[in-house]
Amino acid sequence: MKGYAGKILRVDLTSGRVRTEPVDAALARDYIGGRGFAARIIFDEVKDADPLGPDNKLVLAAGPLSGVFLPAGAKATFAAKSPATGIYGDANIGGHLAAEMKYAGYDAIVFEGAAPEPVYLYIDDAEVDLRPADYLWGQGTVTAEQSLKAQLGDEFQIAAIGPAGENRVYFACIGHDIGRQAGRTGVGAVMGSKKLKAIAIRGTGSVEVADLEAVRRIGREMILKLNGDPGLQVWHDYGLTSVATWSNSIGALPTRNYQSGYFESAEGIGHAAMKERIFLSTKACFGCPMACGKFTEVKERGIRVEGPEYETIALIGSNCGFDRIEDVAYLNQVCDELGLDTISAGNAIAFAIECYQNGVISAGDTGGLELRFGDADAFASLAGLIARREGIGDVLANGVRHAATVFGGGTARYAIQVKGLEWSGYEARGAPAMMLAYATCDIGASHNRAWAITHDIAAGRDLLEGKAEKVIELQHIRPLFDLLGACRLQWVEMGLDLKYYADIYPAVTGVDASWDDLLTCSERVFNLTRLYAQRELPGFGRSFDYPPARFMEEPVPTGETKGKLVTREQIDWLLDRFYELRGWDRDGHPKPETLRRLRLP
Amino acid sequence: MKIVADNSRCSGCKLCQLTCALTLFNENNPKKTAIKVWSEHFTEGGYRVAVCDQCGECADVCPTGAILHEDGVYRIDTSKCTNCLLCVRACPSGVMYVHRQLRTPIKCVSCEACLGICPTHTLSLVE
Repeated sequence: MKGYAGKILRVDLTSGRVRTEPVDAALARDYIGGRGFAARIIFDEVKDADPLGPDNKLVLAAGPLSGVFLPAGAKATFAAKSPATGIYGDANIGGHLAAEMKYAGYDAIVFEGAAPEPVYLYIDDAEVDLRPADYLWGQGTVTAEQSLKAQLGDEFQIAAIGPAGENRVYFACIGHDIGRQAGRTGVGAVMGSKKLKAIAIRGTGSVEVADLEAVRRIGREMILKLNGDPGLQVWHDYGLTSVATWSNSIGALPTRNYQSGYFESAEGIGHAAMKERIFLSTKACFGCPMACGKFTEVKERGIRVEGPEYETIALIGSNCGFDRIEDVAYLNQVCDELGLDTISAGNAIAFAIECYQNGVISAGDTGGLELRFGDADAFASLAGLIARREGIGDVLANGVRHAATVFGGGTARYAIQVKGLEWSGYEARGAPAMMLAYATCDIGASHNRAWAITHDIAAGRDLLEGKAEKVIELQHIRPLFDLLGACRLQWVEMGLDLKYYADIYPAVTGVDASWDDLLTCSERVFNLTRLYAQRELPGFGRSFDYPPARFMEEPVPTGETKGKLVTREQIDWLLDRFYELRGWDRDGHPKPETLRRLRLP
Repeated sequence: MKIVADNSRCSGCKLCQLTCALTLFNENNPKKTAIKVWSEHFTEGGYRVAVCDQCGECADVCPTGAILHEDGVYRIDTSKCTNCLLCVRACPSGVMYVHRQLRTPIKCVSCEACLGICPTHTLSLVE
């Protein structure tokens, strides 16, 4: 099997035994890799399991394009049954992890059971070993990574959890490459529940491809196309920070717990402020010409961090009322070290602030901490409480859906989430397709599966017709990159033609598959994760596909989308259309003929 | 002509290493490279890059005369190399590489493949 390392590594943390198994050719053909492998393994092997118990599994999977000569074959997927949602959860991660794992000889690693004491997994090609990690336990993600690099050598690629993962915070992330994260759905908590502090990988082998000359030619053409694009400089200078002021201009920048999509001080947390005031150097994932990462320094706080990128600016910045990029970068670093997903952490802390402002919780509940928008020290303190599960932090650590049930008093209205996953960085009351994308994303309220907001603007914000079609189209294309193990931004942001990927996939794998065939694989995975939710969560269906009440009932008060909302009736219309097009019934369950077409159980 | 690196521009994408290995060995394997890229983010603030400037110190220390100078480029004659690694230790830039699959060290032959692929113009040629 070309393009694949050919092996899956199984790590039983309970017994300490490791073994490898060959990658099944049918699995590779039907699920491609990455998120596809992960979803199938979770579906087949994790049944009725407590997400934080030993029966859950944590999968790390790369794709056939990972590590190959093309732009950003850099993406791996971490997946598990999510503690936040109780259904399939995954998070993709860039940096150098996916490529290194392939070079070491593995397409995926499956962590099973739970270690009795903290360990880290050591991989040096075929040498695989679980080693004690007591001395790393308690360290931040970046600190632990630096510790292991100092001990093992700079060539090792490290993924590590922080205190939040150790303490099973439902939105704990896994950190890598001093500032890249598998952020969403609590994969870090699952890792922590297994007492797995870190993964250290060195791979010195090669990824063999089916047609080397074709890969050399197409890969080079893709890279040079990006290198020669005049738009590239914007990415080198600003990366994803340039999205912030644009998002604000279209009324999509989450502001003060999504009360609005317009932040009056967006310039202070935008790309120009980042470049002028805190920028140190530009930082890329493996093989990526775009280099969207920006490494920064906040001298007044004595910290350096990779970031903040757009989502962090949106959720920690405007959504928590910060108007200085220095505060956002500082709190980005705080969350990274603690091992908190900046999206859910920003969302949860904004939720807590709104609860506090409205008198539902008080200083008596917070241990004396006064909560208000734009207070960096209070944010840092609360983030620490969450990561350590202390006081009110223990409630927030289970996510806003759970916290709202504890706080009561109508706070569900302030809990901006779907399926238990906190909403990410696009306020969508003026964007029905984006709203539908969030509502129907298979892991909860993530923008990752379908970033449809530009379509809303192009096709008409108030239009509903055609929106479900667009969301489904994107829900197949975008996650396909997570199956392939490559980054999508080269296509999304720089318009790199999808035909290149259609051409290079058979050159890498030798599998004669068309682009439509690959999209069918992506559709298969989207339906598989839906089936998994139905099986694991009794009653799962349509009622899980609604946005929070705020977005259906409160018009946006300020900015470009002032007065807009997407009503429950409109959501119902969109869901009906979406289900019909997907071949799902009115409750959102895939119909038997759909499952047959996709060869699903 | 020699290849030089402007550290301040490097993004650490490793496309230079990937294309180096593809050119020298026809493999997708950035460990089989004669270019070094490493992180100094918490000291210097970014990546650092080391490339061979064809200084010839490797040839000076080679006990078997296996490193030959021709047209400004030093190359290893693998038939004469005994893999004693004296050249690796002597290289002032640390860019003579040992790879566990290879019998002899990897050395830059100034093919310039890396120059054409670097997205940030970190690498360039100087007289």
